[in-house]
Amino acid sequence: MKLSQSLCASIAALALAGSVAAADQSIIVQSTTSTANSGLYDYLLPLFQDKTDIQVNVVAVGTGQAIKNAQNCDGDVLLVHAKASELDFVEAGYGTARTDLMYNDFVIVGPEADPAAVGGTTDAQAAFAKIAASGALFASRGDESGTHKKEKSLWAESGVDPSAASGQWYRETGSGMGATLNAGIGMGAYVMTDRATWISFGNKQDYKIQVEGDDDLFNQYGVIPVNPAKCPSVHVDAAKKFTDWLISDEGQSAIAAFEVGNQQLFFPNAPKN
Amino acid sequence: MQSIADAFTLALQLVLSGNADLFEIVALSLRVSLTATFLACLCGLPLGAFMAISRFPGRGILLVLMNALMGLPPVVVGLLVYLHLSRSGPLGFLGLLYTPTAMIIAQTILIAPIIAALSRQVLEDLHMEYAEQFRSLCLNQWQTVTALLWDARYSLLTVGLAGFGRAVAEVGAVIIVGGNIDHLTRVMTTAIALETSKGDLALALALGLLLLTIALGVNAAVQSLRMSARRQAYV
Repeated sequence: MKLSQSLCASIAALALAGSVAAADQSIIVQSTTSTANSGLYDYLLPLFQDKTDIQVNVVAVGTGQAIKNAQNCDGDVLLVHAKASELDFVEAGYGTARTDLMYNDFVIVGPEADPAAVGGTTDAQAAFAKIAASGALFASRGDESGTHKKEKSLWAESGVDPSAASGQWYRETGSGMGATLNAGIGMGAYVMTDRATWISFGNKQDYKIQVEGDDDLFNQYGVIPVNPAKCPSVHVDAAKKFTDWLISDEGQSAIAAFEVGNQQLFFPNAPKN
Repeated sequence: MQSIADAFTLALQLVLSGNADLFEIVALSLRVSLTATFLACLCGLPLGAFMAISRFPGRGILLVLMNALMGLPPVVVGLLVYLHLSRSGPLGFLGLLYTPTAMIIAQTILIAPIIAALSRQVLEDLHMEYAEQFRSLCLNQWQTVTALLWDARYSLLTVGLAGFGRAVAEVGAVIIVGGNIDHLTRVMTTAIALETSKGDLALALALGLLLLTIALGVNAAVQSLRMSARRQAYV
């Protein structure tokens, strides 16, 4: 028994050692799948970490979950794309301040055959109405993510209540952007996605962008340091350094320089001080 | 179907390239799941042994419960552990969320019932054979338990492997409490989920093949241990 006890203790110590080492000068960024899946962080973080000794750890989940996690104090910085929810987050005292960081846009992708004949249109609401009327399949995130919230507001503006057809032509996958694209492409459904995820997505098959260019498809990302008044455990200084770097000229040009297949994925638009 | 063929070549290339990131992910997978299996055995085996030899009121209900817990959904375990380890949860002050330790805790909870329930069955069957002999030797409960555990050690290795298999293959719990953070909490299964969501199906499948190979390696190691031990026993 002695042996197994000491073994157990040493294993527990070993397991703890890793976490203690990582806790020093490291922050957690609660962020979205779209930014992580496109490879933006893989590009940005080494640039930031060259300048400081702050280890940035990114948890990539849907915007809804990211905000929830940050409200539970399980993050130091929130970087998401659902402005209304972000302002509520700051309003409720969970974040110190919200800053515009960068933008790109949403697109509606569909199969080559284009069963709802929406190809080439730049009016998102009209396209949504046409998809609903034609009964062509549409795959929705259905997970309260930033993309899902945007999609719901577009449906409301086009005067269609897709939830009535849920399970019929309106398919709510309840999962991330990539998983929803995989599912949508598998069943031949239209999908609304952010452009960054689409460009870097590897399983496009015969799908292409059918609708783009509507002002309503604008996709703004914001960054918010978590408020130490609500969450005493946050690493205030490190979080501030990271946020400040992102909105500095250097961080902004780094965002602009990030490309996949010669295409810029995110357009910096932090306010100049 | 192209993806499947690609996956095999890709898996081979990944291994041959000696990719450091890949090695890190594989090492963390093994560290987390093997530690969880060890800890689960530490609590599960004595519990299983105790349940195997003792009779008390309510034992039947407890057995049903223990067996039912083998079907614990990983996501539910992940959520429970998350709610406890979250900064706003009761154990938040430990700062364990998004660390390998949190993943070990979740997997231990996930597989301890499997170890307990399966070892209970194995040991109870063995106990049926030996019960009279134990009685004639006047063994107390503690001696009975240790004798049973020692005698059934090879069968219990398989029980441990069943637990390890479940731990190393699950994704639902570790992705919630670990967060799939690159270079910190990314393991094989969460990496596979990530590559799938990036639409890189061939790479996801290649990682899956590697995971399968690793599981095969662990099982082969245990099997050879068992066989060499058997040979020694006959010398």
